[in-house]
Amino acid sequence: MRTWHKLSLAAATAAATATALAEPADAREQLRLVGSSTVYPFASYVVEEFGATTQYPTPVIESTGSGGGLKLFCAGDGTDTPDITNASRPIKVSEYDRCQDNGVDNITQAVIGSDGIVLANTANAQRFELTLEQITRAVAAEVPQNGELVENPNEYWDDIDSSLPHNEILIYGPPTTSGTRDAFEGMVMEAASEEMGYDGAYTKIRQDGAYVPAGENDNLIVEKLVQNTEALGIFGYSFLAENRDRIQATRINGVEPTPETIAAGDYPVSRSLYFYIKNGHAGKVPGLYDYVELFLSEKMIGDMGYLKDEGLIPLPAGRREQIRQSVLNQEQLTRLEVKTLNQ
Amino acid sequence: MAANLQAEKRIRQRYRREQRFKALCIGAITLAILFIFVFFADIIQRGYTAFYQAQIQVEVTYDERSLEIPAAAVSEEVRPLVSRGFLRQVPGHVQSDPDLKGRTVTRWVTADTGVNQYLKDAHTGLSPQEKATVDKLHEAGRIEFAFNTNFFTRGDSKMPEMAGIKSAVVGTILTLAVTMAVAFPLGLMSAVYLEEFATDNRFTRFIEVNINNLAAVPSILYGLLGLAIFINFLGVPRSSALAGGLTLALMTLPIIIISTRAALRAVPDSIREGAFGVGASRLQMVTHHVLPLSLPGILTGSIIGMAQAMGETAPLLLVGMMAFIPSAPDGVTEPATVLPAQIFTWASMPQRAFDELTAAGILVLLAVLLTLNATAVLLRKRFERRW
Repeated sequence: MRTWHKLSLAAATAAATATALAEPADAREQLRLVGSSTVYPFASYVVEEFGATTQYPTPVIESTGSGGGLKLFCAGDGTDTPDITNASRPIKVSEYDRCQDNGVDNITQAVIGSDGIVLANTANAQRFELTLEQITRAVAAEVPQNGELVENPNEYWDDIDSSLPHNEILIYGPPTTSGTRDAFEGMVMEAASEEMGYDGAYTKIRQDGAYVPAGENDNLIVEKLVQNTEALGIFGYSFLAENRDRIQATRINGVEPTPETIAAGDYPVSRSLYFYIKNGHAGKVPGLYDYVELFLSEKMIGDMGYLKDEGLIPLPAGRREQIRQSVLNQEQLTRLEVKTLNQ
Repeated sequence: MAANLQAEKRIRQRYRREQRFKALCIGAITLAILFIFVFFADIIQRGYTAFYQAQIQVEVTYDERSLEIPAAAVSEEVRPLVSRGFLRQVPGHVQSDPDLKGRTVTRWVTADTGVNQYLKDAHTGLSPQEKATVDKLHEAGRIEFAFNTNFFTRGDSKMPEMAGIKSAVVGTILTLAVTMAVAFPLGLMSAVYLEEFATDNRFTRFIEVNINNLAAVPSILYGLLGLAIFINFLGVPRSSALAGGLTLALMTLPIIIISTRAALRAVPDSIREGAFGVGASRLQMVTHHVLPLSLPGILTGSIIGMAQAMGETAPLLLVGMMAFIPSAPDGVTEPATVLPAQIFTWASMPQRAFDELTAAGILVLLAVLLTLNATAVLLRKRFERRW
């Protein structure tokens, strides 16, 4: 019986402490970041460095995906919304308008570097050489044949081109929620579909089992490739860099993905990585622009920067300087710029 | 005679059936044990290497230059082999101990993840030249394996050699404290009311069915509920242990109610009648007699509910606890993460060195869960009374 009394007392105290600690958090000490899972490894590196080397507390970063991040970011201007969102694609016009409607009218855009999307298979098999058209023929739901769209009949790579191996087409790639998939559809399928005889841009991926959406975990795709020598996988460059002993990258349009070819834009499936800053929070949340300055510094995104080891592909030096200038001057992103970015 | 023979045949058939059924059951158990064995062997084999880590003995120079550029604190030969997490702290060392300034100190420091991976025969990004240096220093006894204290004393990091579970463990403790502080009293009182005070009518039966249903609702739905109520409506800070704890409390509540009711029901009515017989009120009957007797059962159920909450990730994803937390939270309103979320984050990291950390994290989580469940069994064994 005594135990019972003690126990209820302990529970009551615990409940009381929990409520007492739950004060409203109006003024925020820490920066809050959300956004792309592709940018997450780089941004969290900077977050950690920022917390360890400045007097500011470590910012809180969540990986929500590019679209999810922009949704939270554009929800309002109050301090309960994030200060920065990371994105593996430029902000869309619709998202920009949503921001404006909700009072987030002063945004600055920063480009941090490039990322390549690679197609890879196990290092124990023959290396693939593909064109954008061949990839599209392998993954599209429908392909043009004699001026008509028919259901994709290709089962083996040599159905597409007799010079390709007689391997079953099996591609592990990102699911529909992923920014990497958006980018893949845009840079491979859209880019190839005009010339192939589709009626405009075509981005529908087949669902008959040849393309396997493998979840957001790229390590899983790498594991699958090691087990299945016929399979190809689609993921970000940093996973290729970390697993070079096990997998090899496909040459696309004759170009192999290397930091140089991706940075120069020679490799056709490369994209820029961004983050967006809410300037309305500049005076309200301490350290916002100190963080931005650290992220854009040479020791992070430069040719010898730390993020290079993490798989980020640096921009050319001139462009870096230019971006640093405009971002640190808090240059406002206009609707016109957003439109041009999305073309 | 013939009938007798037939009967014997039937008996033999029945025995054979029994034997077959027994064999199948043993087969099922063997399979289950095999699965568990393979799972444990695999995780242990992947994870045990994370508990030791390479250290390197270097001369650290604390001069003007190394305060400016921390990497200059060690010689060029070993610079790529020393963890950047250590070099970053060099100016901080001098700040906390000004006597160090201008001196050169020989000390053992955490080696870079590349050294670790190379000595553990895993894939590494070290150049052949750096590998040669590692071999040389290893032979000279200047690179050695030591217990990986970072894993237990530090929070998450982008540098695998610096990453640890401390912030996740503290986050888990805070979150579960909130969960139990809310779910235990609420669950207990609901169960006591339903079992001891309420009359058995349509309304209470309706509630009972609903509680049983709630226990089977997929946990992600509780996450959505938590996001809508606690964060968007009540303004509880996102990613905080408070938000996560309250969400998990919603999920644990039905489990506690159900197990508490079962424990109360196990107390025979003769005890209740005895209490009434000597003039006890209903409240006295409950607090003096029924509750003390059913306490072991209640605690067992609560501990099992807690263990379930501890392994949960899906609802916490929605309230923002899948975050990067390098330093342990100080209170329940600060951003925090929990062990399973930490494991999930590590599993999706590109660096190969996080493989072993993921497995080691799983081992720690399993150890804690086993301890919790063992406590529950022990409590039941020691204090349970049968009538």
